[in-house]
This record gives sequence, structure tokens and C-alpha cells, in this order.
Amino acid sequence: MVIRVQEISKHFKTVQALKNISFQVAEGEVFGLIGPDGAGKTTLIRIMATLLKQDAGNITLAGYNNIEDYEQVRNLIGYVPGKFSLYQDLTVEENLNLFATIFGTTLQENYYLIKDIYQMLEPFKKRRAGNLSGGMKQKLALSCALIHKPKILLLDEPTTGVDPVSRKEFWEMLGRLKNEGITILVTTPYMDEAAKCDRVGLIQTGNILSIDTPQNIITGFPLKIYSVRSLKRVELLHHLRDMPNAHSANLFGDSIHYIQKMPEPDELTLEAALKQAGYLDAKVERIQPVIEDCFIELMKSQIAA
Amino acid sequence: MKRFAGFFKKELIHIIRDPRTLIILFGMPFVQILLFGYAITNEVKNARIAILDNSKDEVSFKLIDKILSSGYFTMSEYLQTSAEIDHAFKQGEVKLAVVIPERLSEKLKRNELVQIQLISDATDPNTGNTLINYTSAIIRDFEFSRSENLRPVLINPEIKMRYNPGLKSVYLFIPGIISVILMLVSTMMTSISLTREKELGTMEVLLASPMKPAQVIISKVIPYLFLAFGNALLILALGYIVFDVPVKGSLTLLLFESLLFIAVALSLGILISTKTDSQQVALMISLFALMLPTIILSGFIFPVENMPVILQIISNIIPAKWFIVIVKGIMLKGIGIAELWKETLILVGFIFVLIIASVKNYKVRLE
Amino acid sequence: MVIEVENLVKKFGDFTAVDNISFEVKEGEIFGFLGANGAGKTTAIKMLCGLMAPTSGRGVVAGFDIKTQREKVKRRIGYMSQKFSLYDDLSSYENIMFYGGIYGIRRKELKKKAERLIRKLGLESVENKLLKSLPPGWKQKLAFSVALLHEPSVIFLDEPTGGVDPVTRRQFWELIYETAIEGKTIFVTTHYMDEAEYCDRVSIMVNGRIDAMASPAELKQNFEVTSMEDVFLKLARS
Repeated sequence: MVIRVQEISKHFKTVQALKNISFQVAEGEVFGLIGPDGAGKTTLIRIMATLLKQDAGNITLAGYNNIEDYEQVRNLIGYVPGKFSLYQDLTVEENLNLFATIFGTTLQENYYLIKDIYQMLEPFKKRRAGNLSGGMKQKLALSCALIHKPKILLLDEPTTGVDPVSRKEFWEMLGRLKNEGITILVTTPYMDEAAKCDRVGLIQTGNILSIDTPQNIITGFPLKIYSVRSLKRVELLHHLRDMPNAHSANLFGDSIHYIQKMPEPDELTLEAALKQAGYLDAKVERIQPVIEDCFIELMKSQIAA
Repeated sequence: MKRFAGFFKKELIHIIRDPRTLIILFGMPFVQILLFGYAITNEVKNARIAILDNSKDEVSFKLIDKILSSGYFTMSEYLQTSAEIDHAFKQGEVKLAVVIPERLSEKLKRNELVQIQLISDATDPNTGNTLINYTSAIIRDFEFSRSENLRPVLINPEIKMRYNPGLKSVYLFIPGIISVILMLVSTMMTSISLTREKELGTMEVLLASPMKPAQVIISKVIPYLFLAFGNALLILALGYIVFDVPVKGSLTLLLFESLLFIAVALSLGILISTKTDSQQVALMISLFALMLPTIILSGFIFPVENMPVILQIISNIIPAKWFIVIVKGIMLKGIGIAELWKETLILVGFIFVLIIASVKNYKVRLE
Repeated sequence: MVIEVENLVKKFGDFTAVDNISFEVKEGEIFGFLGANGAGKTTAIKMLCGLMAPTSGRGVVAGFDIKTQREKVKRRIGYMSQKFSLYDDLSSYENIMFYGGIYGIRRKELKKKAERLIRKLGLESVENKLLKSLPPGWKQKLAFSVALLHEPSVIFLDEPTGGVDPVTRRQFWELIYETAIEGKTIFVTTHYMDEAEYCDRVSIMVNGRIDAMASPAELKQNFEVTSMEDVFLKLARS
């Protein structure tokens, strides 16, 4: 296990940001920490990057303790914070060379690692980092973090605020890095990105809701989910919520994910009932949950607890 | 109007809820008013005086006694020859020299005109003038009380203003301005250097890297060293070209000392930037917390010797004070490292202390 | 038509940020304005909100011209974005009073609205607490409601749900739906492709131009895909 996080707690003044978090990441794994703003993702990743100290608990990265051995840890991690943190008034080239120098290496030495990314950056190499588009900034930040071939890559919300196409490209880049044996920990608020990780940790208000492979989380979902469609979406939503034994009805893109408490209905009966209620174009289908469904359920149980 | 009122109210709330702004708004002017009030005294007290008594007779002893018991002066030394007068001034402590001619009693008995030389250090024209006036008054009073009948004043103070015969106040100001500007600019530049990184977020990546605090700090001071040095050259050039302020001593020494002083100011700026996360606060500390004490307590305008003792002690930790002594010495008195070694060493000491303090205060984490 | 845009162009020197876009949005519509970063979305929105003058072209928002009547436009629209939001060191109540005051709502009426709003959002227990102590989701809902205080006819939302938890996100969109039903027009940008599905119509900007504009269903049909994300990908790849 390259990363070991054991019972980490952290508070800021009156807010408890992290409550007893534990998990491990194996070498070469892509681990996703998934949760909304305020969940504690940035705090956790900063603690792992030795930038903050935890109140309680232990973290080791490649065997080094994040507090006592912080200098060694800083040698072997590549860290990309959530906000763009490279030097805006230095060019692409200058930033890369700077970070290479800081880590005691050169651009040439580990070029093969960033080759794919750099080829996209190359046309802009003389442009100031501050004048790059969001997607390019992200690629530059990643390159600077990789330039010294880190053992562990810590990425804090690298895809936030970025359009779906760039997001997809980014995950493809990460996939290629994984093959180099680099262990990657990514935080993200986008639930659909869970599917692209080897394992995920769902986190909300400082608590871990679940840690497992995405597939296991989905198969472990205890309730049946139905996708219900109709053009009269909003009315249908309220109608479903008012149904007897309704557990939840949530908008999910062009359909509604509906869960009913026991006894669980079957599709045809439900569809017929809806048509009768006036939703003539209603279509009901049993579906596999997605990570977001699981997250919502886990969130609700946590709030109830 | 309503809009304005709403905005005004919101701003008040912001201010009241931010303790830092409150301290700067109320605390600093408070301190500055106190300092200002106490430090400005045009009265002269405890000026160091050197006396060359060529008479050494009863009258001269009485005269000297009267001068020394006036409360304005403290005795620095009894000179033996006139050759020592120069040296006494160059050492920097003596502000006034009184030269009593030979056979004072005898000449007075014979109603001869007596010339008593009063030589004052006029690098600070105010003090120079004042001292002359005090001493002249004391001498006239002495003469008046001595004479049995009204006789014309036989003692004529011969006044000589050293180092600034024209009493040009610009001579006073240029060294002071050099110090103040260099100090302010240098400190401001480095004080925002680290804090800017913190504000922009680049600090975060820097911290997570193997860069050591000493490396970061020193690599931030050195580039500004060159910039500020250029500044110093500019001001010296201006002083010389526009105001005819001379550089009587070694220009090389002056430039070297300027470099030292700049390094002090830069290090101070870095220290400030290790202690705060906000560029605004860093700038304000550099400007307000440093500017007025430096201007008031460094000897720039108001001679330190005229201030209450407590402020004189405080002025010792103002680097500009030592630098002004150095600059005045080199530019106006033409003295060299032999006389200025103490002040130079103090500047070097400041650099060490400040850099070490910066490294110690450098936060290796975000908290 | 609440928004009418015709051949709108914005150039910055040589660079054309918005390249001749035209569209209309009618009352009560939820219009999704999508596009990659750097595609020109933010520039277009700034022009529509009266914050930036167009280089050429015509635009009318809430009945006012975006070139010559910018101040009037600003008064008739609501605006909420992820970046510009409420003041963290004021309380919910204070924020409402402040923004209401800016838009010229009379104090008495404003107080009533404030109380109603706080009750509606369930913020009674925390109404005097500083905003920074509230969980993130609540700020979003409050910010949206504050943007509606002066009853604008059209409201611009710039990535309003960025980073918000999935439950609050949906609650937020239910608020949007309610608002649209009341007859207000919603102009929203987002990177969440499922939110694109909630819109009546969607436009996608690529390199300053609008490359596609239709209802989500039509777009999926035209591009022969089953999700808005795939529509986006196909457009970007082409």
C-alpha cells in the first residue's frame, strides 16, 4: 500500500472538516475521492501533500510519515491544487523549466512522461501561463507536477469547471500515466467520473460514506431503481413523490429515478398506474443505479443518523 | 441615496468584523501621534561639547563652569591642542567646540577684546544654530554678571559652522532622504513578494516541493538588491547634480554601505512577509508602521539627541539611524571606515538577525 | 420574446470572442447556454447583462437595448454566478437587505420579502448567522432567491451549481422550475450535462459561434446519440 490514511481528523476553528477518515491506495491505482464542495476533499489532499497537519491519525506516503518526514514526501509527490497555481507571468516553457529545476531534474530527463500532454502545449510554449485557456492551464499544471516523475500524483479537482470534452481528455491522460506505475489520487465533485477510477471514496461533510470499486458500490445498492420518463417531467416528479410508499424521486437528466419502499413494484404495474393518472407517454424501466444514486442515498442516511 | 446608505452600512460591517483593519485604522495613528508629540523638540539638551582652554586661569574655569552647568551641554572632552578639534568632530559625538584664547583674565583686566571661538557641527543646521545661540547667550550673561560697571561686551564669539558653512538644509535632508526612500522601497518590495505568492496560490505548490525556506528567502532578496541599488545610485546622483551635495569621502565606501543598508531593508521586508498572508497588510505594515518611526526616530529631521531618553534607546533599533550617521559622515564629513566601523558592523548584524528571523518564521505549511 | 439577439459580435483587437450569434428566448423558457471554456459564453452573457458593449449586432433583453440602454437592462435582470455571490461575513438577513436596497426596494417591503424568503428556504434558525458558517448548498439557494428579489423578468445563472452536492443541486433545479412556471425566463450555463436535459432548449457555442440549438430531445435525435454529453462530444470532435 503506497498510501495509508488512518483515522484522520481535522478541524478549523468551529468546523470539523474531517472525521475519522481511513483508507488505503495500492501502487499504480487510480483512486477517486468524490464529493461536493465542503466535503473535506481539499483539506484531506492538503494534509496528504504535507501542507496541513491533521489533528489526529496517521498518514504514510511510500512509507514516509506526512508530518515528521515531510521533506522526503515533498520529494516524491506531484501536487496540483484546485486553483491554478503556476506563475501567471512566466511562459509555459519557463514554468516547466522552473519546476524541473526545483526538483533537481531537467525537461529532457522525464520528457517521455509528459510527451502526450506537452505536444498539445507546445504551440503555446512561449505564451504566458496567465493567458492560456482553462484546459491548457490544467495540462500545464499536470506537466509541472509530472516533470520529476513523482511516485504519487495528488490532483485536487483537476476537472472542475471544465467542459465534458476536456474532462474526457484529461481522464484519458490519467489512464496513460497509470501505466507508468504512478499512483494517482484525484478529487472531484463529478459523480460520473467515479466509473473511471479503480476505487473510489465517497465523502460528504467530512465523513466517508463508502469506499470500494465503483462496481461494488453499485451492486451493493440495496434498493431497486426505476427510470421513469414522461414529457410532463416536473408534474410527474411531484406525482411520484406523493405516491404511497414512495421512497424518493429525483431528476436525472431526461428521466426521473424513482425508488419505492417495500413492496417494490414491477415496471408494468407502475407504468399502467401512471398512464391512468394521465401520463399517457409514461415509460418505466428497471435500471442499475449510478454512483450518484448511491451517493444520494448514503447522504440521506447520514443526515438521518 | 438609499443605495449609498446600504453600501456604506455594509462597508462598516466589513470593517468592524475584520480585526486587522481595525488595528490599522485606530492603532497606528494613535501610536504615531504619541511618537510625534514626544519626539519633536527643538530644544537642545545634553549636546556634547569639547572645550579647548588655552588660558586655564580663574576666569576661564568660571566661564567653563557656567557653560557646563547650563544644562544644555555635557562635557565630552577637554582638548589640549587645536589639532584635536577636527578629530573630536569627526568622531561624531561633539556638536560644539569652545576655544578660549590665552590669558583670558589678563586680557579682560586690560579691557582688550577677547575672541572666543565657537565651532559647531552644522550638518544639522537647526542644532548648529541653536547651540551657537545658547553659548553666545551664556557668554554674554557671564560677562554681564562679571563686570562691576556697564562695559561693552568684550567677549566676541567667533562663530564657525563646520561641515555646512552655508547652513544648507538640503545637506541635512539628502542623506536622510536616501535612507528613508531606500528603506521604504526595499522593504515594500520584499514584503509583498512572499505574500503575493500566498495570495496567488503559487505558494501552495512551492511548499509542496523540495524548496527549502532559506533558498526561497535568499533568492527573493538578491534580485531586489540590484534594483534597490540602482535606486540608491539614482538618488545620490540627483543629490549631487541638482543640490550640489558633495561626497567628501569615498564614493566606493558609500556605495558599499548603501548595499548593506539595502540588504537590511530587504531582509526586513521578507520578515514582514513571512508573518502575514495578505499583500495589503504587508504593504501597510511597511508603509505606516515603518515610515513614520523611521522618519521621526532616525535622525532624518529631528536630531536624536534632543529626544527623551526612551526614544533615543528605541532609535537604536531603527536601521536608518545608523545609516544616516554613515551617509552624513561620508558625504559631509569625509570620514572613512576607520571611524564608521561600528555603524557598519551594526548594519551587518541587522542583516544576519533579520534573515535568520525570516527563515525561522517561514511557515513550512499552509497553517 | 424576452431575449432577442441578432448577429451579435464581440472582438478584442484581432481576436473574435463572439462571432455572429443570433437567437431568441421566450417568456418562461429555461434556456441552456453551453460551450467549452473559452468558447465565448462568458463574453456573450456579459453583453446580454449590459456589462459589456457589443462590437456589432443587436440585442434586446427584457425590452431594453443592450448597447444603448445598459443601465435599464441591469435593473430588469437578475444575475447569479458561482464566483460572484453573497457576502460571507454578512448574515442571510443582512445580505437580503443589502441587495434588496441596491435594487431600490423600499425598506418596509424589503423586510416583508426577507421574512418570507427566509421562511421559504427554511433558514429561520440561522438567519442571523454569518453566511460563511452555512453549509455550501444553502448559499446557492439563497443567492438565487436574492437575485429574484426585485422580480426581474429574466435571470442569468452562470454555473450556479458548481461543486454543489447532488441533493442540493436537484433542489436548486426544482426552484428554477418553480420560477419558470411563474413566468420568469431562465438563462443558464452549466457543465453538468444532466442539467442540460432540464432545459427547454439548449445552444452550444464552439469558437464563438453557435453550432447547435434545439431542445435536448431534438439534439439527441439529430446527432443520433442518447445523452447530451454525447451531443457535446460529437460537436466538439467535428
